[in-house]
Amino acid sequence: MAETDPIISLENISFSYDTKTDVLEDVSLFVDAGSYLGLIGPNGGGKTTLLKLMLGLLKTRRGTVSLFGTPIRSFKQWPRIGYVSQRAISFDALFPVTVEEVVRMGRYARRGLFRRLTDEDRQKAETALRDVEMFEYRTRRMSDLSGGQKQRVFLARALASEPEIIALDEPTTGVDHETEEQFYVLLKKLNQEQGMTLVLVSHDLERVAHEASCVAVVDTTLRYYANPADAIASESLPKVHHH
Amino acid sequence: MLEILQYEFMVRAFQAGLLVAVIAPLIGIFLVLRRYSLIADTLAHVSLMGVALGLLLRVPPLVTAFVVSVVSSVLIERLRLSQRVYSDAALSVFLSGSLAMALLILSLADGFSVNLFSYLFGSLVTVGPSDLYLIGSVGLVVLLSVFLMYKELLFVSFDEEGAQVAGIPTRLVNILLIALAGLTVSIALPIVGALLIAALIVIPILIALQFRRSFVATILIAEVVSVFAVISGITLSYYFDLSAGGTIVLILVGLFCLSLLKRP
Repeated sequence: MAETDPIISLENISFSYDTKTDVLEDVSLFVDAGSYLGLIGPNGGGKTTLLKLMLGLLKTRRGTVSLFGTPIRSFKQWPRIGYVSQRAISFDALFPVTVEEVVRMGRYARRGLFRRLTDEDRQKAETALRDVEMFEYRTRRMSDLSGGQKQRVFLARALASEPEIIALDEPTTGVDHETEEQFYVLLKKLNQEQGMTLVLVSHDLERVAHEASCVAVVDTTLRYYANPADAIASESLPKVHHH
Repeated sequence: MLEILQYEFMVRAFQAGLLVAVIAPLIGIFLVLRRYSLIADTLAHVSLMGVALGLLLRVPPLVTAFVVSVVSSVLIERLRLSQRVYSDAALSVFLSGSLAMALLILSLADGFSVNLFSYLFGSLVTVGPSDLYLIGSVGLVVLLSVFLMYKELLFVSFDEEGAQVAGIPTRLVNILLIALAGLTVSIALPIVGALLIAALIVIPILIALQFRRSFVATILIAEVVSVFAVISGITLSYYFDLSAGGTIVLILVGLFCLSLLKRP
């Protein structure tokens, strides 16, 4: 990979769930190392779809996706990418798993098939838990945690794989305002102090424009703003805000 | 020495029973947590068709049961993934379809109906010396596979999408899990019988879940419950001349009811 390759590049992407209407139409987007990209847009505008295309969870109809300069079809270094889904909201309360067990999953792919985790893996998981300030909760069951705490654990799981980029899909949905605030502070710290590249999907333009270093508005097509303030100025807010 | 262990067939029953008791929760925990509980029941009926086929072809019935249930488990997963039918509906097609097939084979070649019945309801004398080797080696394969794939199975059961992004071959893991379930069901066949196998795979897990512990602790609790139920079930069935499968499952159901009394 050349130094200048973007971490994620999408070129002329189109996607549709059926054959009739395109959810995304001819979208191009590049995520450079160290950036903090906010993906915003109305519900149904295709922002989560775009994220899933970046992560290989969906396949494009047209166009190419590359990760670290490698076409996604032949990309194998998945531990370099962390993912925090909306899993915390729909958490199965019966699932018998502790905080520690969840965060260690972040090490599984690094270790590889058939291998058992080493002391180093456990150490990395512990560090990730400390980074999100959830270390004291390590022996608690996931189902005993609040929504915000669960989301931190999922962030720790992503961190444990020592990724270079973390993609987050509406991470603060269903979380109270104060918890949301703390979560954003944590993300900013990761981006600014550790140089972690972040892609954050959200429906909240103003919030994201405040946090991110650049903003892309996804509504079937894509409008990119290198300066988040421009996004607020240019986007017709009623269209973007669907609360 | 206990009187019960003087009979070779009882020793074999205990050995096979113990093996099945240890393996069932290892597969059961992943099936139950993935909402695949019905697959155990379906595969049990599928393996019954395998038994009927074996009796017809004069091949050891457990061998055909293994083959048929592993092949069907792959087919079931493919049909489920194709999204052309609802997955629970796909299961009921396999369940009744294979039972119908077993009945058809049964009526084609008269004379082994008694034998088939022992696979339907389980019978301790069914476990012959060669069966024990078969159950032992297949059991070992299942045990080793779960041991080696533990972290992948856990990750995929907990968060399939997350596992996929982490680069875990989720489709392979899913098919392997169902194939292992097929093998587990076939080796449990002689002990508890096709109609009761699902209980042995599912109920110890349901009991262990009530304790609200970690994943590893949940498996261990399920193991203790399962081994206790199988050993005490076989023992009681011997002394009181009861059906072993029925006794084992009723002990499990009793323990399950007790576990529900526990405060959540």
